[in-house]
Amino acid sequence: MVDFGFKLSRSSTINLDEVDMSLYRRLSEEEPDVKRCMSCGSCSATCVSSGFSSMSVRKMILALQRGMDIKDMLSNCMLCGKCSIVCPRGINTRHLILLACRYYQEGNK
Amino acid sequence: MKQNVVIIGGGIAGMEAAKQLLMLGYKPIIVEKSDHLGGHVSNWHRLFPDMTPAVALIERMKGEISDANVFLETEVSSINKLKDGYSIVLSNGVSIVSRAVLIASGFKLFNAAKKEEYGYGIYDQVITNQDLEHWFNTGEDKRMTGKDIKSIGFVHCVGSRDLKAGNSQCSKVCCVTAIKQAIEIKERFPTAEIYCFYMDLRLFGKKYEDFYINAQKQYDVHFIRGRVSEVSENIDGKVVVKAEDTLSGKPLRVTLDLLVLMSGMVCNPDIDQVASMINVGVDTDGFLRSRDNVYSIMESDCPGVFLAGACTGTKTVPETVAEARAAVLSIHNYLSNG
Repeated sequence: MVDFGFKLSRSSTINLDEVDMSLYRRLSEEEPDVKRCMSCGSCSATCVSSGFSSMSVRKMILALQRGMDIKDMLSNCMLCGKCSIVCPRGINTRHLILLACRYYQEGNK
Repeated sequence: MKQNVVIIGGGIAGMEAAKQLLMLGYKPIIVEKSDHLGGHVSNWHRLFPDMTPAVALIERMKGEISDANVFLETEVSSINKLKDGYSIVLSNGVSIVSRAVLIASGFKLFNAAKKEEYGYGIYDQVITNQDLEHWFNTGEDKRMTGKDIKSIGFVHCVGSRDLKAGNSQCSKVCCVTAIKQAIEIKERFPTAEIYCFYMDLRLFGKKYEDFYINAQKQYDVHFIRGRVSEVSENIDGKVVVKAEDTLSGKPLRVTLDLLVLMSGMVCNPDIDQVASMINVGVDTDGFLRSRDNVYSIMESDCPGVFLAGACTGTKTVPETVAEARAAVLSIHNYLSNG
């Protein structure tokens, strides 16, 4: 391939017309309280893993709503459940994480 | 003999004040510029947080002031300070002497066309909160007919918290109004996706937060934190909205069939001339100046001139009604101690 001395970057724009929300919809059917998230960040602030990895439940929920992959994030969760304790909207975040893990596991079969 | 009290403005503040003044034995005289009582609320469909029909409230309030003098399609031509009271000449030639005057001139909706980047008045897919309420009430809006509506956006803070537009204040009611309208429109178009573009959600009032949670959970309204930066039309006759998804730090775009702009409140400029005749000042936020903003919001700097409702700042319906009652008590005390 000819080297033209420059490269093209893909746009980072989120296009909501094309976003695949199927995983979010599936998870929110089983754990409807996820819809109540207001992105306060309590979960990430208390997370024992967030300081050392990409794990953040707030970001995970947002990524699901924007159709992004959350596999890497999930692999850093230790399922301690602290995020569930602090969530002011009462979302069972630990259950949500487990549901997402199960979804990916099924996909790998 | 019953004493006159002139009320400038026949919206909910003026009407509630008239009712209370009648009960205290005064003779309220409402001067209303338009051809009907009820002000902005009479053009609204339902009121948050209980979805009360606005018409029912206005009809009830009207029924309670049937003994008041009401001049419709009338304005104050001149107002002069007398030794003890005011001489007021109306545009219909009527002249009134009154010891106390209540200004309840309310607000005016911010002109959304000033925010040209949102395309109001340019694209048919862009309407305001007021246009939507009108459509809810009448079903009449050329821009809405024959539309297959699958995606709808709401832009919060249009002309509010906007120094460039000359309004630094928060209009207070738009956050919850957007949520109310999102729920109402979702009920009409159950399969539509609804997006609310906000900077902060300021849901301070009774049951507002419950309303928000309900919109999230029951009605699947998507809340996106980021102010819409530009709106353009695509070849299919839809509008493309650009904003930053500030929670993920990425630019975001979405194609919509309808975009609703939540126009904020500005002080009704129709009162400016009257206010200047009796030296009622304008505060730094553009609304009429109260004696102080903590303890005496319903009193002006001029003895005998009182203020109620959105002429002194953005207010909700219950706040306006409460303030009208408080203003009447101040008027009663003023007239009793004269």
